[in-house]
Amino acid sequence: MKTPLALAISAAAFAFTSAALADDPKEGGVVNTIIQPEPPGLVLGMVQNAPTRTVSGNIYEGLLRYTTDLEPMPQLAESWEVSDDGRTYTFHLRDDVTWHDGEAFTAEDVVFSADVFHRELNPSARAVLQHVESIEATDDHTVVFTLKQPFGPFLLSFEAGTFTMVPEHLYAGTDFRDNEHNDHPIGTGPFKFDNWERGTVIELVKNEEYYEEGLPYLDGVNWHVIPDGASRAVAFENETIDVLPSGTVENFDIPRLAEMDNVCMTEEGHEYFSPFAMLWMNNREGPTADKRFRQAVMYAMDREFAKNVLWNGLGNVPLSAFGSNARFQNDDLEPYDYNPDRARELLDEMGYDGEEITILPLPYGETWTRWAEAVQQNLREVGINVETQATDVGGWNQRLGDWDYDLAFTYLYQYGDPALGISRTYLSDNIAKGSPWNNVEGYENERVDELFNEAATAFPDEEREKLYREVQEILHEDVPVGWLMELGFPTLYRCDVKNLVTSGVGVNDGFKDAWLDR
Amino acid sequence: MVYARLILMRLFKAVIVLFLIVIFNFLLIQLAPGDPAAILAGEAGAADQEFLNQLRERFGLDQPMYVQLWHYVSGIAMLDFGYSYRLGVPVFDLIMDRLPATLLLTGTAFVLSLVLGIVAGSMAAARVKKPSGSLIMALALVFYATPLFWVALMSVVVFSVYLGWLPAYGLYTVGAGHTGFALVLDIAQHLVLPATTLALFFMAIYTRMTRTSMLDAAQQDYVKTARAKGLKPGIIQRRHVLRNALLPIITLAGLQAGQMVGGAILTETVFAWPGIGRLMFEALQQRDYNLLLGIFFFSAALVIVFNIITDLVYSLADPRIKKGAA
Repeated sequence: MKTPLALAISAAAFAFTSAALADDPKEGGVVNTIIQPEPPGLVLGMVQNAPTRTVSGNIYEGLLRYTTDLEPMPQLAESWEVSDDGRTYTFHLRDDVTWHDGEAFTAEDVVFSADVFHRELNPSARAVLQHVESIEATDDHTVVFTLKQPFGPFLLSFEAGTFTMVPEHLYAGTDFRDNEHNDHPIGTGPFKFDNWERGTVIELVKNEEYYEEGLPYLDGVNWHVIPDGASRAVAFENETIDVLPSGTVENFDIPRLAEMDNVCMTEEGHEYFSPFAMLWMNNREGPTADKRFRQAVMYAMDREFAKNVLWNGLGNVPLSAFGSNARFQNDDLEPYDYNPDRARELLDEMGYDGEEITILPLPYGETWTRWAEAVQQNLREVGINVETQATDVGGWNQRLGDWDYDLAFTYLYQYGDPALGISRTYLSDNIAKGSPWNNVEGYENERVDELFNEAATAFPDEEREKLYREVQEILHEDVPVGWLMELGFPTLYRCDVKNLVTSGVGVNDGFKDAWLDR
Repeated sequence: MVYARLILMRLFKAVIVLFLIVIFNFLLIQLAPGDPAAILAGEAGAADQEFLNQLRERFGLDQPMYVQLWHYVSGIAMLDFGYSYRLGVPVFDLIMDRLPATLLLTGTAFVLSLVLGIVAGSMAAARVKKPSGSLIMALALVFYATPLFWVALMSVVVFSVYLGWLPAYGLYTVGAGHTGFALVLDIAQHLVLPATTLALFFMAIYTRMTRTSMLDAAQQDYVKTARAKGLKPGIIQRRHVLRNALLPIITLAGLQAGQMVGGAILTETVFAWPGIGRLMFEALQQRDYNLLLGIFFFSAALVIVFNIITDLVYSLADPRIKKGAA
């Protein structure tokens, strides 16, 4: 079912594409947007959290960019080849790229970034690099990655936020975290760092020397820091802010803001991350250790209701562990539709005695609190005795890291491939106390481990698909976690900001092509 | 000389109190759930054990607690507050960076509430049992009872969204490039809503207190004497009633002044005012202990300083209070 708001989005998206084709881009102007929360630092690779990616994706670049269908596009690499055995990747770099300080960008920078900088600092890059045997610069503009064995999603790993290119001449041989240039990041991107007034604004200015002809159109981008959600909505309302990136205002404010004149909205630009909301269920102890209980929870939740009421009809209710944007989804599985009677049957069958369990909402704002209340009500209706417990971010991290919970909300990025974003939740060697982002539920299944590990390195894709279909059947039956929703995170903007979202990582690298029709 | 000795004594006590506060804060914060490394890792959305260990080692969190405490206390003794875990910047720099904005806001609100509160309270005392006096008290009661954040949001909706008179948030207009007098004017405009919001609550308290205290003083014998010797009512009110009514107000003003560093969290958040309150709240959420302890230290120091000042002002306002007794 499409709600009016979802329809408005498709209409706006349509209007947006046709307008973008019709007009010639204008030069100049500064876009005012929001960054929330204020990032801890701006050197990508050293810091990888969402706000840093959003700002610094315009300062730094990766070898590749990705379309909204997650096809690779050239960026710092203008072309690339993959050998027939899937083990050798050769990237041909552009020869006209300079860093913001004027030094030339070369293959040595790539080798340094990947082999030294990210290996030391960056956990998500490390996860990919464990498949890499060697990285070599064969000449100034050619880099060859040789893998230990084929790794299907390798080409998806070169996005600016994951595999950032950092300047070797400023970082080699220094203590990276204490490097003096961390206060003034130097990248190759379309915008240069200008000023960071902490607590107020981060200002980026146009890179006049940018290597892509005519880009960027904008003179600069100002990222305002406004800590209160209602105040952010007001700033957009009274037109000091042009762009509200996804997640910067509460969901219940979105319909009101979207209805204003000259306001457009797009859901595009999250395909690479495709945030997947899940319900951790503790597989170790209590009623949640019984698979029938976990299935009952899936049947008891009215996920369509949550989508339509709490998320304005945006997003997607997933079938199972693989989201709709993930590759290799097995769509033969029978959906866990809202079915309280089936849930009660399952609870009777396992002999649930009404033991009280707790649920931890995600401490990220009002929407999540309300969602936890909705789920609590759904579960009580089928006879599950459940209480909500409020925490702050620190407490939430600690409770999950210590496995001290029954049910808990979270959401995880999918990164376009099951081997990058999905398997980490179910692999048993990813069980470790102290982190809320690994196999927190404690699910262990040898066959699932086998299938995921084989599929990651299987070659070609048809082989991977077979393995992934089987693993989805097992997960679908075992329900290690609850699959709530693939979140729809809309970006709101003035309609005269054109060409805002041009890639699968959206506003994180979008201002490069954007222009103002003013 | 008496003042100098008083101040020296008080400063000596203050150092001991501060030292105890530092230790107490440090221990208290160990009780909060959540560890800074895990939260930073959580923010990153990806973390392996190596990453967590790197962070803990960097922050010194892998050391036993008494070693951490020793490092911290010996650092403070040399006025070294350490680095913010999250921002990697010296705590002292961060606080100094934010302090001017906070002092501008809380200082303005302090003066505004004190002056307006005393004026309104005196007027209400002079107009007791008249409709105008009751109106002042009714307004004071409304401001006293209304939650601060609601006043803040409503003032934004009215003056910024509907009327468009005043900016809704921030310290200055980003990107306008104002300098000199234009910048001062710009900041003043941005200051109006948050300072008024913050002032209203204390203004209400001062109004109520001034009125009660003045009515009390008006019953005293010396006021009857003053009236009997034929002084004008205005002079009686100012010289005899108000001056004697000031003591409780000074006490309260001392308390408010002591909160100037950390007391504006809500206002700073709603109006995106780049001050200490916000820094403290964010540090708490991030379990950025060094930063949090640094802010606690500054707040505590300020409270102590204002206590001393309050005592001195007492003896100025009322010479009967013996200078050494405090």
